[in-house]
This record gives sequence, structure tokens and C-alpha cells, in this order.
Amino acid sequence: MDAAVAVSDLVVHRGARRVLHQVSCSVPPGRVTGLLGPSGSGKSTLLRAVVGVQRVHSGTVTVLGRPAGAAELRARVGYVTQSPSVYPDLTVRENARYFAALAGRDAAAADAALTDVGLGAAAGQLVGGLSGGQRGRASLACALVARPELLVLDEPTVGLDPLLRVELWAHFHALAAAGTTLVVSSHVMDEAGRCDQLLLLRDGRLLSDSTPAQLRARTGTDDLEEAFLSPVRAEGVAA
Amino acid sequence: MTTALSPRLTSATAGRVLRQLRHDHRTVAMLLVLPSALLGLLYLLWADVPTPPGQPGTFDRVGLTMLGVFPFVVMFLVTSIAMLRERTSGTLERLLTTPLSRLDLLLGYGTAFGLAAALQALVTVTVATTAYDLDVAGPLALVVLIAVVDAVLGVALGLLASAFARSEFQAVQFMPVVVLPQFFLCGLLVPRDQLAGWLQAVSDVLPLTYAVEALQEVGASSEATGTMWVDVGVVAGAALLALGLAAATLRRRTS
Repeated sequence: MDAAVAVSDLVVHRGARRVLHQVSCSVPPGRVTGLLGPSGSGKSTLLRAVVGVQRVHSGTVTVLGRPAGAAELRARVGYVTQSPSVYPDLTVRENARYFAALAGRDAAAADAALTDVGLGAAAGQLVGGLSGGQRGRASLACALVARPELLVLDEPTVGLDPLLRVELWAHFHALAAAGTTLVVSSHVMDEAGRCDQLLLLRDGRLLSDSTPAQLRARTGTDDLEEAFLSPVRAEGVAA
Repeated sequence: MTTALSPRLTSATAGRVLRQLRHDHRTVAMLLVLPSALLGLLYLLWADVPTPPGQPGTFDRVGLTMLGVFPFVVMFLVTSIAMLRERTSGTLERLLTTPLSRLDLLLGYGTAFGLAAALQALVTVTVATTAYDLDVAGPLALVVLIAVVDAVLGVALGLLASAFARSEFQAVQFMPVVVLPQFFLCGLLVPRDQLAGWLQAVSDVLPLTYAVEALQEVGASSEATGTMWVDVGVVAGAALLALGLAAATLRRRTS
């Protein structure tokens, strides 16, 4: 099956600094792909390139068979930024309904998305009055409501309590089972094991593109945290 | 974001902006009450100053002009801050990844604040003509119309200015830059035919000049004049031009 996202020799500069160095990778359709790496490794930049808001220096990003950012992709790709991008001076429901309207969905779809992220009871509250974790979920709901084919989530589980994290991951897998492709970034290694496919990024370079099982086998450890550190260390020795 | 317009997405955006406004009670109260209060201050200022016979009272002249200046200034400020918030909060970047087009977004803002300005103008015109005896020869509906077109001009310039502001501090300071020269040269402080030639030429290309002239036409004639309609057309055209330029400054891809 064709990759949902194909990145080839992607180079991104931010000012004089090169933040992505010839990154090539692919994202399988209908799976949860984790993009893991420490803060500042270029995860958000790579995700921004996939949704087509990042100015790129060279290389190509193909999404669902089209160049990233193409107009016809905008109804098919959902994006949740790292810091919650919702309107604090609207209620949770009003936010969800606005993004539903932009995607051509109705109010019922907005309410369903809020239930999916566990915000059904807080629907009438102003987003500005919510906790950080709730705001993040409101932001997520505003992407889910469009029912996109590709869902790009930048650190969606930061600041969430463990129970909620488990629920959200279950929801991500349910979406994948229904055919949605998900790309989820995280700097928390214990989330790596929940992904079907893993992309490890460090200092703007792709260290590994494998399944968790392959990574464990290659590095000879069951601990994914250790497994991630091992290619990092190997690179350190090589350099 | 595409460039194709969608009335459905434009109205969804206008509705969203109005809902944000509705949650901000103090801003709504200030929008509706402040122009009337300030106009009242102007009324009191000239209340005891004698008017030379055969000339319109100073308050009639100044007050009428201010009916066009208030919505322009207020909507410029409100919009430039609102758009800057969209940029800094990440919601703009998010909107850029949805089917909403850039013009849909800008027209949504224009529609929402234009409606708010219509309400503001209704209140101000009613208070001015009843409580302050402001003398307007023409139909008051035309005064409201000019105020709304003025407000849309303020919205369009505010959207454009926000593209050049990186912070709220900068955005607020664009207000005097954009508003004051237009106010100085619009013919209120010094009649335009008494201005130096080059200042007159500058005044000729500033849209607020035409808004003020339109109001003066309504103030002096009992019916809409051709000059007034041309003036309204110029202000509306300037607003559309500014909206187009604002759309061009909205970059989808940033570094």
C-alpha cells in the first residue's frame, strides 16, 4: 500500500540554522506512527512540513499522493499544534462547532468529538477557564471533528493524567482501525511502545524508522527508552 | 487555505468572531456607550460658545464628522489586536490548514465588526440627534451606512496593519500612524481648500477624507447627493483594496 506521507531529502532552515538535515521517511496508512525525539530535535518542524505550513529549503513532502499543503488536502488532513490553538474566549462547544463548520460537519459531529476527548461535561465552559490538559483536549477535539484521513498531532498527551492518556491512545488506535492515519509526536519514550511505527529524530536527523519490535530486537533491549538512547549513543561514538 | 470564496465559511467565521465579542461584556458595553459619551463631552464643550449667524454650529460640524471617525478608530484597534491574537495563539496557523480561504477569514472579520459597527452607529446617531440636538439635514440611515463603511475600512486597515506588528505594543502604535494623519487632513481641523497644495494632494488619497465629505453631504442636503455616493464608493473601494493587501500578507508557509 502507498505511504500516507512520504518525506524525501527534506531540508529546513530556520534563519541561518539548519533544523532538518535531509530527512527521508514514510508513514504507513491506517497506522499510528510515533515521531519521537528530545525537545528541539525538529519534530514540530517536520510535522509543520507535513501539513504544509513550513517553508522548506529543499526536498519533497507528499501527503495522500499530493504535495504537502495542496488546497485539496486541507479537508483531508487534521493538525493539532503543540500549544492548544483554540479560542480562549469561546466555550468548548463553540470552538468545536466553528471547526466543525469549517470542515462541513454539523453540530452533532462537534458534540461527538467533545465526548471522544472526555470534554462532554465541560462543553459549556469557556476554554480560557480550563486547565492546561483540558485545553489540549479541546484543541484535539477541534481536529477530530473534521474526521480527517490523516491526523497530525504534536505532543497531544503532554500534561494529561495517566488514565486520560491511556484513553486517548485507545482512541487513536480505534481511529487507526477505522482507517485513519495518525502521526503523533512525543518526547516521552514510554509512549513509543503504543505506536505501530516509530520515527526517531535527533538534532534534525532521522536516527531510525522501524517498528517498536524491530527497534527492540536491533538494540537488544526491551526498554524502549534504552533502545532510543542506544542509536543516539552509537551516533555519538561514530561522531 | 485556498483563494476561492465560500459564503458558508465566511459566515461561520463572522459568527465565531461575534460569539467571541459576545463573551466579552465589557468590550461590548464600551463599543456601544463610549462614542455617545465622548460625543456628549464635545456637545458640552461648545454648548455655551456662540455661533456666528448663518453658519452651522461647531458641534453640528464636528459631531457629525466624529460619527465617521469613531467607528473607524475603534474597529481599527479591535481588529488589529484580534488578528494579532490569531497569529500569536496559533489559531491562524491552524486555520491555514483548513479549507477556510484567506479572504473568507478576512471577510468574516469585516462582516462581524461591520455588524458591530452598525449597532454602535445606531446607538450613537440616536443619542446624538435626540440628547445632543445634532442637526442632520439628510436621512439618518445614510449616516449609519457611512459609519458602517467607515468601520469596515478600519477593519481592513487593522487586518493589514496587524501583518506588520509582532507584538501588541507595536499593533497599538499603528493606530496613531494610520489614524491621526487621516484625521488631521480630512478637512475637520482646517477646511481642505485652505490646505497647502501638496497637503491637499495627500488628503486626496486618504480614504477618511471621503468618509468625512460624505457625512458633510448628508449633514447639508436633505437627500443623498451624487458626491456622497461617490465618496461612499471610494471608502468601500479603499476597504476592499486593504482587504486584498491583507490577504496577500497572510503567508501560509512561514519559517
